[in-house]
Amino acid sequence: MSLLVSPLKLRELGILGMNNRNIGFIGRYNQRKNYCLADNKLNTKSAAIARGIPVPELIGTVDYQFQVSTVNKLLEERDAFVIKPSQGSGGKGILVIVGRRGDKFVKSSGALIDDREVRRHSSNILAGLHSLGGRNDSAMIEALIDFDPILKDYSYEGVPDIRVIVFRGVPVMAMMRCATRSSDGKANLHQGAVGVGIDIGTGKSICAVQNNRIVSQHPDTHINFDTLTIPHWQQLLELASGCAGMAGLDYLGVDIVLDRLRGPMLLELNARPGLAIQVANQAGLKHRLLKAGAIADGFFSAEGSLSAEGSLSAEGSLSAEGSLSAEGSLSAEGSLSAEGSPSAEGSPSAEGSPSAEGSPSAEGSDNASQKIALARRYFTTQTT
Amino acid sequence: MINSRIQIGLISGLLIALGVGLTLYKAVSLNLPLVPGEYREVWTVESKTSFIPTDGPVNVGLRLPAALAGWTILDEHFVSSGFGFSIVQEAETVSTARWTRQSLDHPTTLYYKMQIYRARADRELPALEVELPVKPLLEADQQAAMDRVVQRIQQQSSDRESFTLLLLQELLRESQDQDILFLLNSYSGDSLEMILHSMASAGIPAHELRGIELEDGRRRQTLSSLIELYSGEKWIIANPTTARLGLPSNFFIWQRGDGAILNLTGGRNSSLEFALVSNSLPAKAVLGMEQRAEEFALLDFSIYSLPVEQQGIFKGLLLIPVAALVVVVMRLLVGVQTSGTFMPILIALAFIQTTLLVGLIIFLVLIGSGLWIRSYLSRLNLLLVARVATVIIVVILLMAALAVTSYKLGLDQILTVTFFPTVIVAWTIERMSILWEEEGGHEVLIQGSGSLLVAVLAYLAMSNTLVEHLTFNFPELTLSLLGVILLLGKYTGYRLSELYRFRDLAGKE
Repeated sequence: MSLLVSPLKLRELGILGMNNRNIGFIGRYNQRKNYCLADNKLNTKSAAIARGIPVPELIGTVDYQFQVSTVNKLLEERDAFVIKPSQGSGGKGILVIVGRRGDKFVKSSGALIDDREVRRHSSNILAGLHSLGGRNDSAMIEALIDFDPILKDYSYEGVPDIRVIVFRGVPVMAMMRCATRSSDGKANLHQGAVGVGIDIGTGKSICAVQNNRIVSQHPDTHINFDTLTIPHWQQLLELASGCAGMAGLDYLGVDIVLDRLRGPMLLELNARPGLAIQVANQAGLKHRLLKAGAIADGFFSAEGSLSAEGSLSAEGSLSAEGSLSAEGSLSAEGSLSAEGSPSAEGSPSAEGSPSAEGSPSAEGSDNASQKIALARRYFTTQTT
Repeated sequence: MINSRIQIGLISGLLIALGVGLTLYKAVSLNLPLVPGEYREVWTVESKTSFIPTDGPVNVGLRLPAALAGWTILDEHFVSSGFGFSIVQEAETVSTARWTRQSLDHPTTLYYKMQIYRARADRELPALEVELPVKPLLEADQQAAMDRVVQRIQQQSSDRESFTLLLLQELLRESQDQDILFLLNSYSGDSLEMILHSMASAGIPAHELRGIELEDGRRRQTLSSLIELYSGEKWIIANPTTARLGLPSNFFIWQRGDGAILNLTGGRNSSLEFALVSNSLPAKAVLGMEQRAEEFALLDFSIYSLPVEQQGIFKGLLLIPVAALVVVVMRLLVGVQTSGTFMPILIALAFIQTTLLVGLIIFLVLIGSGLWIRSYLSRLNLLLVARVATVIIVVILLMAALAVTSYKLGLDQILTVTFFPTVIVAWTIERMSILWEEEGGHEVLIQGSGSLLVAVLAYLAMSNTLVEHLTFNFPELTLSLLGVILLLGKYTGYRLSELYRFRDLAGKE
């Protein structure tokens, strides 16, 4: 294989380049005033709770230096938690505690640290050590996600998350990011995490890459990626799609984790999602983004679903019916429950059923589920 | 989108065309060559006469330079707002500029600007009437010491030239003999007067030759002196600071012989200082300037019409757009990662002062030792602002240590370390150190070498003679650069680095 690929070839494959992403998508579709919701995880979380989108439980926040000494009180009854900067980027400054042993905390790597270390970490976060541009930040403490055991072996000492690129409410491409030993338990591709492309249509793996090269198995757990199928796939796509309206960003990266009990939960939003997802999917974003734009504009629903494809039209109408009948009350419930104890009802809906709590509102859900159905139809390389 | 594309296209097209058009017009109509050919060093000399007025009318007389030794004055310019101004021809070769005013109540600076260049490198000055020296009137002990010195040196020398040389060398020597030390003391350190008196005692016709040592970029140069003596056949120039014969090539003679250059009545605390800038101008253009100094309309709107100090600043400023273009190309077309978007430009500007190799060494030493110290600071767990401030001070101390050690070792070039922007270096260290902790040394190496690569390329572009020639003589080309950068701002194609990054995608079929 040659060292460089010809630009013509890349164009033919529809690979999105950095310049094109910046001018054509981020600059054009994402309004700067809406960035603050995606860039600040606390804002993201409160907006998600207000919309009934499930998120990991927030234990507390530390906004000022003097509060650092009270952190231990907040954590008194907790064994497992995560401390992270609310404006951090790229997985920086995230401290994961999985349990306690005596006075000490156990990190995900098994190392023991004492509470002084926890306070120091919080203080560093407040000083802006991990934040963009070194701005002062606040630390947020979240409950540790009890992630789905199906995914356990796909990640080494870290929670695997699923990144979905959503364009104008249409899920376009997805990738699971698995921590490795060399990425130090972080799901950050720049640091050597494995990215696994996930087919939008089926939720099955397409290809796995580490450091931009194709791999077939996890370097540490040696599990094969071929067999991976993400559970609750439809529900996950609905959640991702629902985030677009919430964030007000048309070109959006949605990071989702799968909780063992509660299913897909929103971890964070990214207003400038990276391009490595194309390598993991062995496909370019550009053609799909154009198609997604057409779906969002309603071109495809007329020709694609109703006239040509019988099965799709059936699916489409079914989902529309379902949402029309049940959605109004269901979404209201969802949001109510979210305020009390963050959406315990988030998970029970059966997998594959098109109605979901993720959909923002009754009037939009018809549109949203149709977008997802079309995305699953068109953005697949596998047959179901 | 299409609309903004067309707008950008139109604006950039217009800017590029305007820049190129103006350049071509100047090239054709003013005969300014587009490529650097044979060059003439043209100096712009600005003399600043400052004083504090006292009561009563003010009268300032500035002796104008006698253009000798092949120097030619291309253009003269007097600034005399609120003053009466006249030029008085006192003798055939001596003229004085005179500023007058009835009264004045605030400290004032008067300007006289000229452009000079050396048309011929004449070694000898025109003949001058030889006057026999008058023996100086001295105290008895002074006289005795003087006699001993003169006698001793006369014994060691064969003629007037060698006498002068020996005398000058004697004065430059570190361990001087008792008589000379005593004499210098009695002249209260004024060695020039002592030299002239010694030569008069030895019967050698001599006088002072005052002028300016031309040094590019000097802002507050003062007059310096040479000695001219008559060897018996011709006039010879000797330099008391180097004890060498002959006129230094960078010496512009202002006045030959005695007499004050600046005459001030109605003021006190007067000073005469010079700002100097040298431009390499194409020989053709210089000739043109000489021939038709009046029809100079278009050049009058060029950088040349600015005061000298600003000219010097613009000489550097006009190069920055070129460096910015390099950064834009490297980041948008090639995809090189740098730490800090325009940090490479500042590094490149420092390289211009230090020269490339020395600059690279200094930069690596600064960043390397800075990172090492910073790694200790990170263990102290300081708040961010205090930490960066600490790094700034550490950088300054490092620079001082580097300068002192290198100076002691005799490596004068390292002294240019002061041209590195302290705050930028400190931030670079801070960023790289955080990058190191979070992403590992690998990423630091990528971004660090990326920054250095861009800085070196920017330096090479800025120090290129053709680029220097074009940006300074045709500043309108900056408009064209702006147009190109605007166009690049709309480039949505692939970066070179992406052709590598996505190489695995092409082979999948």
